[in-house]
Amino acid sequence: MTGPGLIAALDAQTVADAVGLGAVYALMAVGIGLVFGVLRLINFAYGQLVMAGAYTLAFTSDWPVAASIAACFVVVIALSLAMERAVFRPLRTQSPAVMLVTTFAVAFFLQSVALLIDIGDDTIGEPAASVASLNQAIDVGGVDVRKITIVAVVTAVVALSLLAILLARTSIGLHMRAAAADFQTARLVGVRANTVIGFAVLLSGVLAATVAVILTVQFPLVSPDFALRDTIVVLVGVVVGGIDRLWTATLGGFTIGFASGIINGALPTDETVFLPSAVFALVILVLLLRPAGLFARGPSSGVERV
Amino acid sequence: MKASKPASRRMKARLEAGLQLLAPATVVVAVGIGSSYVSSSNEIYFLNALVSVAIVVAIYVFVGNSGVLSFGQISFVAVGAFTAGVMTIPLESKLGVLPELFPLLREHTIGNVASLGLAAAVGGAFAFVVGLPLMRLSGLAAGIATFAVLEITHNVLREWVKIGPGATTLSLVPETTGALQATVGALVVVSVAFAYQRSRLGRLLRASREDAAAAQGVGVSVHRQRLWAFTLSGALAAFAGALLVHLLGSITTEQVYLELTFITLAMLVVGGLTSLWGAVLGALLVSGLDSFLSEAEQGVKVGFVVDLPQGSRLVFLGAIMALMLILRPVGITGGREFSLRRRRGAPA
Repeated sequence: MTGPGLIAALDAQTVADAVGLGAVYALMAVGIGLVFGVLRLINFAYGQLVMAGAYTLAFTSDWPVAASIAACFVVVIALSLAMERAVFRPLRTQSPAVMLVTTFAVAFFLQSVALLIDIGDDTIGEPAASVASLNQAIDVGGVDVRKITIVAVVTAVVALSLLAILLARTSIGLHMRAAAADFQTARLVGVRANTVIGFAVLLSGVLAATVAVILTVQFPLVSPDFALRDTIVVLVGVVVGGIDRLWTATLGGFTIGFASGIINGALPTDETVFLPSAVFALVILVLLLRPAGLFARGPSSGVERV
Repeated sequence: MKASKPASRRMKARLEAGLQLLAPATVVVAVGIGSSYVSSSNEIYFLNALVSVAIVVAIYVFVGNSGVLSFGQISFVAVGAFTAGVMTIPLESKLGVLPELFPLLREHTIGNVASLGLAAAVGGAFAFVVGLPLMRLSGLAAGIATFAVLEITHNVLREWVKIGPGATTLSLVPETTGALQATVGALVVVSVAFAYQRSRLGRLLRASREDAAAAQGVGVSVHRQRLWAFTLSGALAAFAGALLVHLLGSITTEQVYLELTFITLAMLVVGGLTSLWGAVLGALLVSGLDSFLSEAEQGVKVGFVVDLPQGSRLVFLGAIMALMLILRPVGITGGREFSLRRRRGAPA
């Protein structure tokens, strides 16, 4: 391949990978945004749900693929609901700072439990290889695209479309939107708090399990800090995008994933050491200019500037 | 008799205010004295606890008084630790371990006490520059922006070998934080925090915490007050970081990054976010618990023998912190200062 052709192919390649990463981050952003909508709680332990799912996949590697994935969903959803019952519910009336720091402690706890289980065989890290075949690349118009990238994008589009229909067309979706807009008033007109919150947590668990399946294909070695870094990046993206609305939050998650993918792929390695600084400086700049979120429309009632 | 009543009431108020400083100071001194009565292998736990007090109180000065959550204060701890560390490594070994430093840093070495002061000055200046734009933000935007500061600080310290050791360990730092310096250091931080929160500036900021709109309505510049607290908090945090590096003797950028951020914030919330007493108690309690658990992994006797399986320390620490926060979200002090009277109702 000639020089310009190589660069063009690299670019398309980078873009394809970046879209894949953006899709995964968008799914995580929805999972975090759904719970924030009804509880006003940022669940920092969301990454540990993904981690638990990844470990389930690793420990069930010799099961049939479908059974392994089913086990992953069961574990993550159960853990997600248990977290709601044991942690979120008693803290429902507390300040955002207390809720966030409590989810730190929960994340810390789950991570140490995972470490304890993981070092049972004297090595840290377990391989999850059940769906590794999806990591192979196929040729799409001269660009090598890994199958998992296609799966990630399709999954994200399908999941988000289903969610949009659910929120717009069903009664539980209406209740969730009402609760997100004004929880107190929604309760006054008959929205059941526990049902709505439980459903939001359930959906966010489903999304976490989905993310676990996709991420283990791309990063098959599961360790206790699996998805931790991704969660932090997604949280930043969600706030930068605008956490007050689910769609701006999702778009924020996608954008930060897409941007990291592009920057990561486009620059040679020796120039990328100060990249986090550049990215986070940009984050600060966006927050200063648009504190309610990059994609938020007009001044938001929830965020004040001093 | 009637005329003397207001005077005695004023006396009482003074006494009560004095107790609010005396109580945390006494606890700090007790831990400092305690450290010299235990074996040298256990002494490190006590000194660690005192440095934790300094870090958590430094965070409290901004977060507790302003009510704005910051994930960025550990970046000032990092700046302080590396400033003090790089500047106190003996000249004869500096060339060997840190050959790529700027000449100014490479060819000068300062004393231990001077390095604490220098760290505080650098940390305060850095916090002021960062705070100038950032203190306009509130709520989540402020939390994420300060987190971005932590990321940038970590990234620069880790990669820029002209100002520090980069990704390698900074070692050969004189280990001067003994019982005396740790105790005095923690006392200095506690006293400064107390003086600030009793001062006019501290009260203006606390007013803005309770109701930003009302405070602005009576002429408080919330931005300016937050900036003062952020700068003071940055200076104290850097001072605490200098104590930390002189305690450990060596440090990496990873030690003053995410994990320290989470654990110190958890200490503050466990103690009670809005009081100095809470910050001190939370730091001592959680680091005491951590020390006890790491001893218990080796087997420890407290009437009966506690012997935890290896690696379970973090599990218990996480579980106990989560439980404390769930069962008592206002913290063990309820966010109130120390008082001999039992108070009911809303915290002050």
